[in-house]
Amino acid sequence: MKALNIIETGYRATLEEQDDPGVWLAYTLKAAGADVDVLLRGNAVNYAVKDQDAGGLQYGAWRQTQPPRLAENIASLTSKGMAVFIVSEDLQERGLGGVPLIESLTPVTRNGIARLLGNYDQVWHW
Amino acid sequence: MADKKTLTFALMDPPYENARSTTALRLINIAAKRGYDINVFAYEGSVFLAFAMQKPHPNAMHGRNVEEENHVLTKELVSSLMQEAMRNGGKIDWVNCGLCVDERGAVEAVEGVRRGSPADFLKMAATSDNTLVIVTRG
Amino acid sequence: MANYLFIESRDPYGSNDTQFCCDLAKQLAQQGDAVTVFLVQNGVFPARAGARADELSALAKAGIEILADEFSLRERGIPTDRLTAGVKPAPLDVVIDRLADGCKAIWH
Repeated sequence: MKALNIIETGYRATLEEQDDPGVWLAYTLKAAGADVDVLLRGNAVNYAVKDQDAGGLQYGAWRQTQPPRLAENIASLTSKGMAVFIVSEDLQERGLGGVPLIESLTPVTRNGIARLLGNYDQVWHW
Repeated sequence: MADKKTLTFALMDPPYENARSTTALRLINIAAKRGYDINVFAYEGSVFLAFAMQKPHPNAMHGRNVEEENHVLTKELVSSLMQEAMRNGGKIDWVNCGLCVDERGAVEAVEGVRRGSPADFLKMAATSDNTLVIVTRG
Repeated sequence: MANYLFIESRDPYGSNDTQFCCDLAKQLAQQGDAVTVFLVQNGVFPARAGARADELSALAKAGIEILADEFSLRERGIPTDRLTAGVKPAPLDVVIDRLADGCKAIWH
């Protein structure tokens, strides 16, 4: 069984979870032996941006010492052998055309998603 | 039962926050009435759907006391669905994601709910006829 | 040919991402796949006759089956005999039918 995880919402609970739950799940499923890939679309394409910095949050005396490192987490997916696709137009409309992004991502156009889905037995939209 | 199926649902939403948890339970109800085997992987806030410590309350705006209000407690819906599935020759395997339970303190769940991990979801998805992920929204 | 079921829970007035499902459904249909869009929850809002429903009209024009959850319609006081052209009321059971049949199901 081959599954495509579509991750769309960006920055939902990432500061509390210290990662993105959809990305975490994809990583964990892969580690458990799943044949899974990821498609980043919508606001989640911003996860590919290298210069994110979520550090420094403090609530009274409590300091967040392990802020989310979303770009690193995405890079870890590709280093685990997952294909990570990213929607080109979603990058463009967010002004990410010339911004440094992590490597090893596979761009796909909105028109190309339909063909991509045909390569998978299951499509899980997180 | 003719043509018995196994379906897997992955949920994310906690109760009392949006309509997705209601629709999810409606879908599970339909499958339970058909006597299907149903897997539920409750991820993130949906671990609270089966939280045993839910309590009803009265509603002054409705002018009803606790008994009259008959407040929906999703833990009772979960238990009822489990019974419905069994009554029709099926079953529900409800797994709460353990790490999600821990970080939320949602330890007490109704009978029949077990603690698990994404490895359970993977096994469920691989051995089901189909899987539906009901994504939350940010 | 593959079978797809899009369960659209969002409405186009509060979410501009409904275009994603609409475009993807049309592309899949164009490449020969069978596609059904099942509206549920606030996703049924554009199903009311007279509502702004550009995406539903585009789907209907592309020959895509559009169903709307009867309960969601009733919950919102949308009469089933006065729906946007191309939309048919249906019980939620259809989603379980299609899942049981092995449709690739995507919740939006």
